[in-house]
Amino acid sequence: MINKETNWTETISPVNSYWQLRLGAIFRYRDLIFLFVKRDFSAVYKQTILGPLWLFIQPIFTTLIFFFVFTKIAKIPTAGIDPILFYLAGITLWNYFSDCFVKTSNTFVANATIYGKVYFPRLVIPISIVISNLIKLGVQLMVFAAVFIYKINFEGLSFSFNATLFFLPVLILLMAILGLGLGIVFSAMTTKYRDFSFLLAFGIQLLMYATPIIYPLSYTSGQLHWWISINPLTPLIENFKFALFGIGHFDFVGLLYTTLISTFILFFGIILFNRVEKNFMDTV
Amino acid sequence: MHVLKVENIYKQYELGQVSTGTMAHDFNRWLHKIRGKEDPYHKITERNTRDEKGGSKFVWALDDISFDVHQGDVVGIIGRNGAGKSTLLKILSKVTSPTKGNIKIKGRIASLLEVGTGFHPDLSGRENIFLNGAILGMTKKEIHAKFDEIVAFSGVDKYIDTPVKRYSSGMYVRLAFSVAAHLEPEILIVDEVLAVGDAEFQRKCLGKMKEVSQQGRTVIFVSHNLVAVKSLCTKGIVMDQGKLVFSGSADEAVESYMNANASKVKPSTVFSSPDDAIGNEFIKIKSITVQPEKLFITDAIQLDFSFWNFTDELKFNVSFDVIDVFGEVVFGSGNEFSSINNVGSASCLIPSNLMNDGIYSIHVYVHTAGMRKLYDFMDIVSFEVFDKERNHAYYGKINGAVRPKLTWKEG
Repeated sequence: MINKETNWTETISPVNSYWQLRLGAIFRYRDLIFLFVKRDFSAVYKQTILGPLWLFIQPIFTTLIFFFVFTKIAKIPTAGIDPILFYLAGITLWNYFSDCFVKTSNTFVANATIYGKVYFPRLVIPISIVISNLIKLGVQLMVFAAVFIYKINFEGLSFSFNATLFFLPVLILLMAILGLGLGIVFSAMTTKYRDFSFLLAFGIQLLMYATPIIYPLSYTSGQLHWWISINPLTPLIENFKFALFGIGHFDFVGLLYTTLISTFILFFGIILFNRVEKNFMDTV
Repeated sequence: MHVLKVENIYKQYELGQVSTGTMAHDFNRWLHKIRGKEDPYHKITERNTRDEKGGSKFVWALDDISFDVHQGDVVGIIGRNGAGKSTLLKILSKVTSPTKGNIKIKGRIASLLEVGTGFHPDLSGRENIFLNGAILGMTKKEIHAKFDEIVAFSGVDKYIDTPVKRYSSGMYVRLAFSVAAHLEPEILIVDEVLAVGDAEFQRKCLGKMKEVSQQGRTVIFVSHNLVAVKSLCTKGIVMDQGKLVFSGSADEAVESYMNANASKVKPSTVFSSPDDAIGNEFIKIKSITVQPEKLFITDAIQLDFSFWNFTDELKFNVSFDVIDVFGEVVFGSGNEFSSINNVGSASCLIPSNLMNDGIYSIHVYVHTAGMRKLYDFMDIVSFEVFDKERNHAYYGKINGAVRPKLTWKEG
């Protein structure tokens, strides 16, 4: 009898351990993750005429505007890469990172009504956001591929395959880790103090200019070069461009640096997130 | 066999807006924490009373709650608004965590604090069944297995591929509830979902709760519907101002809640001498009482009045209004009577099966026979009428301030 009495399957207690990450619970709710992803896709383009075409329109138009502003007017070089491809590649990747970051940073506030009524591992939602965006990135990379192939076939762009192309999934994964990590750190802080969402709103714009999206890293020098190099996004963008265009060099050290930083941020983010999720309903 | 053990649960809430002050508190907390001291704000936290405004910014929404639940129990948690019932449910369903204390659980726990959580208006009924089911903790496989049953129970099979925003509110609730009804947790937590929806929906909902408990699963049900608690629950817990004030059988709990509430109404006003009595130079109250002290809708209510008369009038008109909690006059009544030896007394009988359940107060007016007002005594006494157990399917509040027993005939 005594044995039976102590055979509890779960204990609810005040916030205590930092190390209770409960990642197993997220795996048990994997169906929910995919249903959220499905919901995001089926709900987002309801009652639109162009529907998923918006996925293509946004990067193409941004690229055209960048092309006119930065190449035609400001005459910023693109390190010998075709400027349209240069911007399209940069924007596609940057959008993925910034969507992961911005959308997950809003997790607690945006989902307070669901979170307030039922328990499921809270990380399910930010993870589903990252996956939804991954699908979106896939579609946008196809746009990029289409433009790339067009340029090779009709404008005589030369393309030389190099083996670092196989690193592409790694680069994207790191981007997701970094975006998710930063996003959940911010979401944890935003629950109580909304100041952080204002900080993020303009911070993300500044961050874009601190990342070699509209200029190549080689265009910078001196102290500026150093500052941009310590941005963990820089090696991802630069290596992506090397893998595709074969210009510059593949920066393994930078990649290792980004891997360490991203993993650390994600780990720190999960700890913070788990800590906040238990009580955020009281302060949101 | 225990399935749930709640041990010394406390929950602290901070009042007011989140501001720079909150940040100072957070900082102070952190300072205490790194020095290994107790949270400084635990000590200055007050009892959760809504009526009095205290000096502290912190209140205990739950204050040392402990109880055990055995397998197959249907536990009703009752208490006034703000007693901490919903906070307790939130903690049990892991929406928020306790400030102090532990809860041990055996088995899967599912909570219905709301029906249709996560329903997306643009998605079809079918898509929402899967989404909502998964949010409530079912796997895709489980939902697939029960899908037909869920649709049949909801009765919306014709519209299953239509976006739920096109549903009538009734269809929406039915679909949402039927997903929830097909959860199979060991412990089911139900908030006052019964308060929404029509009588038929309530019947379905309560029927399902009964079914769940008959299968040997445990139900925790929060309500201030005493009739439902009495009719459905086996155990009862009474909460007041964040404290657990009674735990026992459902009938005893309802009894205890009624007794506690009886002290909130004032069934009699009695003065021993005219010096401290309410009134003016013409007339003062000696006593006004309502009997019996514990009233059910099936009881006749006796009102007794007696006054000190300082005028040379011999005839008076005594009348009263019965006022409901919304301040509306339910009805009024009056009568003329003569005073004897300067002390006038009168009584009135409100028949049984007239008043609906609820709290009522009495305003008393005293006029001369010529209808010159001598005094009006506002809110001088109050009483609460309680409902009886019912054995038909509807346990909700019956509308209206009066509930007369009328003669119905068939054919």
